[in-house]
Amino acid sequence: MGEHLNLHKSMDTMVRRFSGKLLLRQEIPLDDNHFKWLLASSYFTPVPAIQRKLFFYQCRRCGNAKRSLIGMMPCAVCHKTHPYCRKCIEMGRVTTCEPLYQWTGPDASWPAYDDALTWHGELTDAQKKAAERVVKAIESTERKLLIWAVCGAGKTEMLFPGIHQAIRTKKRVCIATPRADVVRELLPRLQEAFSTVPIEALYGGSKDKEATAQIILSTTHQLLRFQDAFDVLIIDEIDAFPYHADPSLPYAANRARKPSGTIVYLTATPRKRQRLLIALNLLPHMFVPIRFHGHPLPVPRLQMCFALQKGELPQAFLTWCKTRKNPQRQLLIFVPTVELAECLAKKLALFFKQENIIDDRADLQSVHASDHAREEKVHRFRRKEIFILLTTTILERGVTFPSVDVAVLDAGHDVFDEAALVQIAGRAGRSPDDPDGEVVFFHDGKTESIVDAVRSIKTMNKRAGFSSL
Amino acid sequence: MHCLWCDTAIIPQINWHNVLLDKRQLLCTECAQRLEMLGGRRCRKCSRTSEKDVCSDCRAWNAYYDADDVLTFNYSIYTYNAFMQAILSRWKYRGDYCLGNMFAECFRQHFNHVFSFLPRDALIVPIPLSHKRLQERKFNQALMLARFLPGRKMHALTRIHGEKQSKKTRKERLLSTNPFQLQQAVHKPVVLVDDIYTTGTTVRHAAQLLRASGSPDVYAYTLIRG
Repeated sequence: MGEHLNLHKSMDTMVRRFSGKLLLRQEIPLDDNHFKWLLASSYFTPVPAIQRKLFFYQCRRCGNAKRSLIGMMPCAVCHKTHPYCRKCIEMGRVTTCEPLYQWTGPDASWPAYDDALTWHGELTDAQKKAAERVVKAIESTERKLLIWAVCGAGKTEMLFPGIHQAIRTKKRVCIATPRADVVRELLPRLQEAFSTVPIEALYGGSKDKEATAQIILSTTHQLLRFQDAFDVLIIDEIDAFPYHADPSLPYAANRARKPSGTIVYLTATPRKRQRLLIALNLLPHMFVPIRFHGHPLPVPRLQMCFALQKGELPQAFLTWCKTRKNPQRQLLIFVPTVELAECLAKKLALFFKQENIIDDRADLQSVHASDHAREEKVHRFRRKEIFILLTTTILERGVTFPSVDVAVLDAGHDVFDEAALVQIAGRAGRSPDDPDGEVVFFHDGKTESIVDAVRSIKTMNKRAGFSSL
Repeated sequence: MHCLWCDTAIIPQINWHNVLLDKRQLLCTECAQRLEMLGGRRCRKCSRTSEKDVCSDCRAWNAYYDADDVLTFNYSIYTYNAFMQAILSRWKYRGDYCLGNMFAECFRQHFNHVFSFLPRDALIVPIPLSHKRLQERKFNQALMLARFLPGRKMHALTRIHGEKQSKKTRKERLLSTNPFQLQQAVHKPVVLVDDIYTTGTTVRHAAQLLRASGSPDVYAYTLIRG
C-alpha cells in the first residue's frame, strides 16, 4: 500500500493487478485523483460491502452472516450506525460506508506458453489416468472434479499436465490449499516444473502480494480477495482444517473461479459430505487408489495402553520403541496437545538416551503450531539431523519424510478424527526405497475414528488390488 | 451469547442475579482469565506495579514540572500483557468496535470506586484523535470508553495530526511537541480518559493545556498501564 503506482503506468499493469479482485479502497495503491478518474470511467465498480438480507446482514467479502460476527459501529464520519464484518477484519474492516471495488475495465489477457513444462519425470499408469482426467476437465471446462488420491499417490505431479494444458490455452491457474506450510513447500516444486512461467505465492505475510502472475499459489484465505479471477482453480486438501470447518473459504473459492471456470478438488480423505455427493453422482470424481511406488498403504496396528493423558510414558509404547523391526528408521510421534508434547519431550529424550537409541538429547525435538523454529526443525528432521520428532497434528499432512515409523499417542483424543488418522498413517512408507513403515496407534479404548480410519485404509488397499492385508 | 474474542458459545448460568439485572457475560471464561488486572503494590501516581510509593518516572515528571505535576494521578485497570496487546490491535487498529464493550462494566465500576471523591460538576474529557486518524478508524476508542462512564463529557480538546504515539520510541515521545489544542476553557476538575498510559506524555500534554486554562485538578483514567 505504501508505494503509489503512477499515472503513466500502462493500463496493462493495472489490468493484471486489479482484474479478478474484490478490494477495499485501502488495498488499492493509487492516489485519490487517479482512483476517482478510474471510478468515473467505470474501470472500477463499487459493490456494496455488506448486503442487507431480510433478517440478517451478509459480508460480501467472506460471506459471513453469523449474528455474533456482524458488529454494529457508530461511524464518526457519517454519523450513522453501520454493520461491519468481524470475521474477516484481519484483512481490513468491511463496513457499509466503504464499498468493495471490483475491476470492470478490460479483461486481463494471459500469454500462451507452448512448452512450459520443464518437468521430465515419469508418471505411473494410475497417475497418468488421473492426469488425463484433469486435462479433459480443463479442456471441456467442466465445473467441478474431485481427485481422490491416497496419501503418497503423487498428487502434485498429477496436476502438471493439467496446468500445462491450461497455460497453453491462455488460462489463468490458481492452486489453493488451506495451509501456508504447504504453499511454501509447493512453490519450489512448481517453479521447477514450470521454470519459464511467473508464479506467485500468496499467504499471510508472504513477500508477493500483488498477485499479477498467471499461476498463483495461495492459501484458501487469500482467495477472499478474488472474484471471477481464475479459469482453473485447484484446491488441495479440501478436507483439511480450516477449509472444511469454515464456510467462508468454500464461499470465497467458488467466487474466485470465473463463471466458466473449472474447480479441481484434491483430497486423500474425503469427508462425509463429499462421499455422499460422490455416491449420489453429483460430484464427478476420479479415484487413485495406489501410491506412486505401487506399494499398499501401511495399515495401522492398534495397541491398547493406559496412562496416556497423564504425561507418563506408557509401557507398551516403550517396548515398541525398543523392538521396532527396522531401528534405522526415523521416528515420528504424534500427540494430541501442545502441553503433552512439551511434557513428554524431556522424558522421552532421557529414555531414548538410556536405551542408546539416540546419542544426544538434541536428536529428539518437539514441534507445535506456534513454535518459531518449526520450519527449521522440520527441515532438520528431513535432513536426518533430528532422529525423533514429537509433533502435534500440524505435521499430519502435506509433508514427506522418506523413511519413518509413525506412532500416535492417545489416538482416541478428539483432535484425531478419521481423516487425521488416515493422513498420519500416510506419513509412513512414502519412499520407493523403503515403501513400508510401521504405524501404531496407542489408545486407551478404540474410538469410532480409529476404527473408521483403519477400515478406510484397508478399503483403499483393497480397491488398489491388494487383497486382504 | 458468543464470546467477543473467540466466538465460542457461552452458556450462561441462569440465576436471579443475572435474570433480574440482565448481566451478560461478554467473554468466555478462558478469555476472561487471560485478562490480567494490575494488582499488588502500585505507584500512587501512575498505577504501575512498583515497590515504591511513587515510582522513579513519576518523580522525574514532578521535577520536570517544577514540583507541580500537571497530572494529579493516573489510574489504570489492566496490565499490557500479550493478550491485551492482541485485543488492542484488533479493537483499535483493525477497528473491531464491538470488542470495546467487554470493558464497559469493569471500567464503570472502577471509576465509581476510584473517583468517588470528585465533585458532581467534574468533567470527563476523552483524549481526541486527529481529524485524519478519525476518518481512517471511524471511531475514537477513548470516546467509546468515556461513554461507559457516568457524568458530563466534554470535547475540550482537538488534536493536530502527527505520527502515531505507538510508532515512536520513548525518547521521541518525551521530546514531542504538544499535539493538542484547547477548544474551550475549563474551570472544573477534569478526568482525562484514554485507552493506554505508556510514558504519560499524551495525558500530560492534555493536562497542561487544561490546567493552564483554569482547571484546578486533572486526573487520568486509563484502561491499560503499558
